[in-house]
Parts: sequence; structure tokens; C-alpha cells
Amino acid sequence: MKHLTEFRDPELAGRLLAEIRRTVTRAWVLMEVCGGQTHAIVRHGIDQLLPPEVELVHGPGCPVCVTPLEMIDHALAIAAKPGVMFCSFGDMLRVPGSGNDLLRVKSAGADVRIVYSPLDALALARRHPDREVVFFGIGFETTAPATAMTVHTAKRLGVCNFSVLAAHVRVPPAIRAIASDPGNRVQAFLAAGHVCGVMGYHEYPVLAESHRVPIVVTGFEPLDILEGIRRAVRQLEAGEACVENAYDRVVTFQGNESAQELIATVFEETDRNWRGIGTIPASGWKLRPEYHTFDAELRFPVSGVRPAEPNSCRSGDVLRGRIKPTECPAFGTSCTPWSPLGATMVSSEGACAAYFHTGRFIPLGLAKTAPDAQPAAL
Amino acid sequence: MPNPPHFENWTCPLPLRDYPTITLAHGGGGRLSAELIEHLFLPAFADTTLSRLTDAAVLPSPSGRLAFTTDSFVVRPLFFPGGSIGELAVNGTVNDLAMSGAEPMYLTAAFVLEEGFAITELAEVVRRMANAARAASVRIVAGDTKVIERSRGDGCYITTSGIGVVSDGVDVGPDHAQPGDVVILSGTIGDHGMAVMSVREGLEFETTIESDTAPLHDLVREILSVTRDIRCLRDPTRGGLAATLNEIANCSGVGIVIEEKAVPMNAAVRAACEMLGFDPLHVANEGKLVAVVPAKWAHAVLARIKAHPLGVQAAVIGRVSDQHPGLVAARTALGGTRVVSLPLGEQLPRIC
Repeated sequence: MKHLTEFRDPELAGRLLAEIRRTVTRAWVLMEVCGGQTHAIVRHGIDQLLPPEVELVHGPGCPVCVTPLEMIDHALAIAAKPGVMFCSFGDMLRVPGSGNDLLRVKSAGADVRIVYSPLDALALARRHPDREVVFFGIGFETTAPATAMTVHTAKRLGVCNFSVLAAHVRVPPAIRAIASDPGNRVQAFLAAGHVCGVMGYHEYPVLAESHRVPIVVTGFEPLDILEGIRRAVRQLEAGEACVENAYDRVVTFQGNESAQELIATVFEETDRNWRGIGTIPASGWKLRPEYHTFDAELRFPVSGVRPAEPNSCRSGDVLRGRIKPTECPAFGTSCTPWSPLGATMVSSEGACAAYFHTGRFIPLGLAKTAPDAQPAAL
Repeated sequence: MPNPPHFENWTCPLPLRDYPTITLAHGGGGRLSAELIEHLFLPAFADTTLSRLTDAAVLPSPSGRLAFTTDSFVVRPLFFPGGSIGELAVNGTVNDLAMSGAEPMYLTAAFVLEEGFAITELAEVVRRMANAARAASVRIVAGDTKVIERSRGDGCYITTSGIGVVSDGVDVGPDHAQPGDVVILSGTIGDHGMAVMSVREGLEFETTIESDTAPLHDLVREILSVTRDIRCLRDPTRGGLAATLNEIANCSGVGIVIEEKAVPMNAAVRAACEMLGFDPLHVANEGKLVAVVPAKWAHAVLARIKAHPLGVQAAVIGRVSDQHPGLVAARTALGGTRVVSLPLGEQLPRIC
């Protein structure tokens, strides 16, 4: 894993920062779309090192954060059913539904399992033919192919006791929604590198052109992110608005075509409600009719789900880049990772949680005490 | 796995052969309980006081102040690369004593066994406990066994309590750190937590990571032989280095600033943490210690730790500050800063 050292090289980072400082002449607002990028930015303190003209706002690319409340309430209701073995990615377990979360349902006796791949859930279904195994399929284009492959395999093998609660979402419609929002402040997008690894970036030129925004496909290591920012700032300063690929060690224009084919075989586009944002047309994927027997939403219809978001949570504004997490009145007071009001405070990729865990609400003033912080100077 | 359990080599005296697994009767206090003690626990622990089977161990009273601690051990799976619940149960309590500056002397061990647990596995756990106790020069002088019904436990839980003696002039505690002190870490972080994670059901991944479980009292003895003027000693177990540093910052009312790149870490641990989305500062260790020492002793203490087999990779990782009391900050390799927060609970693998 060389990228852990090479793509975190402080000297090269310093050179990229110097070039960004040389290029920038006025204030710009950039959005990093993916929660993984947000996490890396605050974890490495990249935003603190940028010139004051460059403002980063954090995008909606946290799958846990945007999974709609009604879907989580549905998941909680299915998980609580006797005979169900409910499988989920780990960071979904603490996300609050209307009044509960999967961890609490688990402690009340439900069989909730953490899996790292939907294929593990399918394996559980084959090992436990007497149980109904349900996989909570959430995530962007990055996790959708694995869910598609699993459903496809389940059908091929005829595994009847397996189903998927599919809540997959797509990035390009979200970028369009943000860019067309009348209150939008974002002037350039750092597109999510891994999503583009799967989908390519052929959907982006039309977005860049119609909304006059530079879009730079960007990776996740500090140097990747700085390079993405450098290219976006250069375009903005030059008055350009085109698509660039700053993550070409992973991303190609066409992307992973066999993964795309698999997605198209199993899923079809659907309008989807994004938590905190609202319904975005054609922004989600649901199972095609020929796979309906594997659709947990149909297999376990739940009535009486009336989702209710807490009024004080402004995660929707955070996800659209309108406010920083610290500008929400509930941040760090009534809303903490221990007692979250919204999903952005739960997931490791959520912007609020990233700000909270890295202490962005605490004025440390450490930059001035740098020499004191050098432990080598004994 | 470097130390796989060798159940096939274990020879069981005849009476236990009739029962390949634990039954409720093994905890009933009757014949089967007695056979388990006589044929399994006593030969392994080989202690004269334990073998008398009195209600309480009667022991000579050491002079000086006593340190007394207890800990319960619950781990799944019971065997993992580099160790098992057996080593943990001994080393964990030995280390709790050592972090008070005590010389560990006596342990007790209480077992809660699940009906159906294989006797061969229990024997292997007990053999490893006995080896760990011998390696740490502590005696297991009393014990207890209870059996719970099938599917009400994870095979085997162990509680150990320990007594040790604290030498005169030694006074370490998490509330003793002072601004200007230096923070030393005895080696790489995250090895234990990631070794267990790598074999946990549903998350298995191939790796060379091994648990670092080890008794630290000998290393502590070395540190205290440099100076008794040591402020804090802590082993960063559950919650990892982040929890330990936060505890010291809180108890002492000081700030701590660490340099992220100074924290030693094995490449495989770093890679596994990246893959699962864990912060290595939050991952458990079972054979490392944090020493907070006055700056004037830092060089000498670090040198002594590095000369010990358990401290070869020791490093100065940060300093105690009078700024931001109660908070731990990390300077990132790029030059930014962040607060090192307490982990919420168990870390959950992320999505992508």
C-alpha cells in the first residue's frame, strides 16, 4: 500500500499548496462530493493549510447520511421481525430512524449482523435456509455493483430466503440538483474518485457545460485532494468550466463497463428521496421487475411507517453545502455522535461527525505553538 | 496463525475422556467439577497453594503498599493470531498491576464456561494461561468454575484478579502529568485489535498481523530503575492510544499534543485500518505502554525502553502542554492539526 506514504508526502503537498496560493486571486467555493474526501480533508487538516480564498464545502456523498428516513424505519421494522437475519454494513447500525436504530433493535433481540460484502449475506442465507436473510443495500455507484452481483447470483442459485432492501443512489443527479439550486454557492466540484472508477466520467461534461462549473475527478489521499483543488482553482481563475481527471491511476473515461452492465441488468433508475435534501429525479436504483422476488421492500411490506425528522437538524443544508456543520445550532450541543439527531453526525464519512471527531469546534490555536509541538526537540 | 492450538497433542487423563465437552454437571460442584479441577486446572497451574483447594488462598503478607485489580476477558474468537483469551487473561491483569508501578505477585482465575465447550479447547486455554503466568513470574493461587447453559455464552469467559506490591517512592497515576512532560510510547499500535479483527466471523482478511499480548511489568521495572520520578504509566488497551491519552489529559487537567508521524505502526496494521476505515489511534493494544515522564528524564527512559525486547520500537510521540486542558491534539504529517477524540464504542467497519 504505497499510496499511504507516497500520496501523503509533506514536501509534495507543500509544493501543491504553494502553487494553489500562487494561482488564486479571489474567493472560490469548492465542493468535495464524497464523504471519504471530507473525512480525509479534516483528518489531515488540509482545509487549514489552504489559502483563505479557497473554501471547501462538504457534499452529499455519504451514503449513510442520505439514506432516507422511511427506508431506515422500514429496515428497522424488517430487522425486528422474527425469523429475519438482517445484514448491514457496520456504519449503518447507529444511524437513527424515527425513534430507534439497528443497534437498539439488535439489543432488543433482533438478529442483526455486520457484513463487509453483500456476498457474505448471501452465504449466510445459504447456511441458514430456515431463516429470511435480508441485506440492506445502501451506497452509491461504488457498492451498487456488489449488490447487483449478489442479487444476480441469488437468482442463478435459486436462493429463496434472500432479499435486498435496495437504497442505492447515484452521484450525477445529486450534482445537478446542487448546481441548479437557487441558493447554490458551489463554483466547482471535486467529483468522487471511486464512484468514477466504476461509472467513468462520461456523464459529467454535460453537467460542467450546462451549469458552467469545473468538475475535477479527485482521489482520496492528501496529494490527490490537493491536486484536485489545484486544477479546480486553475480552471476557475481562467474562467474555464470543463471536466478533468486528476485520479487517472484509478479512473478512466468509460469506467468499469462490466460493473455498469451488471448494474443495468439488475437495477433500473427511480426517483429517490435523499435524507435532508428531498426527492431527486432518477437519482436512485431499484430492482428490475424480473428480480422482484429478491426485493425486501416487496417481500416485507410495512405499514404505518411515519418518518419524522427532528426540526433542529440541519443536515440537509450541510449536505447541500449551504452551511458548515459548526453553523448548525444543534452541533455539539443537542447533537453529538453519542446522541445524533441526523445521519451526518453518525457515519465516519458524515461531515458533522468528521468535524466533531477532529475537534473543529474547538479553537486550539496550535499553529502558533508549532515549535513546542515538536517532540523530537527534547 | 503462528501459535495454532494443538488440540490433537493434548493427552487427557481418563476420567475427562468420557466427557469431550463441558456439561452442566462440570459446574455443579460434584464429581465432574472435582475431576475438571484435579485433572485439568491443577496440573496446568501447578501451584502449591492452589493445590490445597482451600476456600481461600492463604499467603504470606508482603511488606509495603498493595496494588489490587480485577478484569474480565471476553473475546471472540478465543484463539487469534499471536495469542488467545488465556494469554490475555494473565497479561491483562499483570499489566494493570504494572501500570500502578506494582510488581505482580498473585492472580486468581474464575471461569464461566458454556455447556458444550470442548474440553480440549479449555485445556489449551488453560495451558496458555499457565505458560503466560510462568513467563510473568506470577502465581495463580485461587480459582473458580461455573457452567452456563448452551448458547448463553461464547464458550469461555475468564475473570482474573491480581495482587502486586508497589515499591516505596513509586507514585504513578493518570492525574500526575504536568506541562512540559514528554509522552513516550513503547512500540507499534493497533496490532492486537487488528489481529482479532482479521479472524472475526464475517470480516476475515488475510494478514500477517499478530496480537502484541505481553506482560509489561519487566519493562516497567526497567523504567523505574532509571528514575522513580515517572508521572503516568498506562497500557492503551480498549479504546486504544486515543482513550489513554484522553484519560491522562482529563485526569491531570492538561493538554497533550502528539505528532501523528511519530507514532510507530506496522505497515500491515496501517493498511488494514485504512481498508476498514478505522482510526489506528482507537484500536486496542495488549502489550504496549505509554509513559509520561519529566523532560529531563525522557532521553534516559527512552533509551532504557528501547533496550528492552518489548520496547525496541519505542518513540517519543508528544508533549504535555498547559494549553487546551483536557484535550488531546495531533499534528498531522502535512502540518494540520486535529483533536484526537475518544472512540464512541466499538469501531464499525465502514461502507466503502
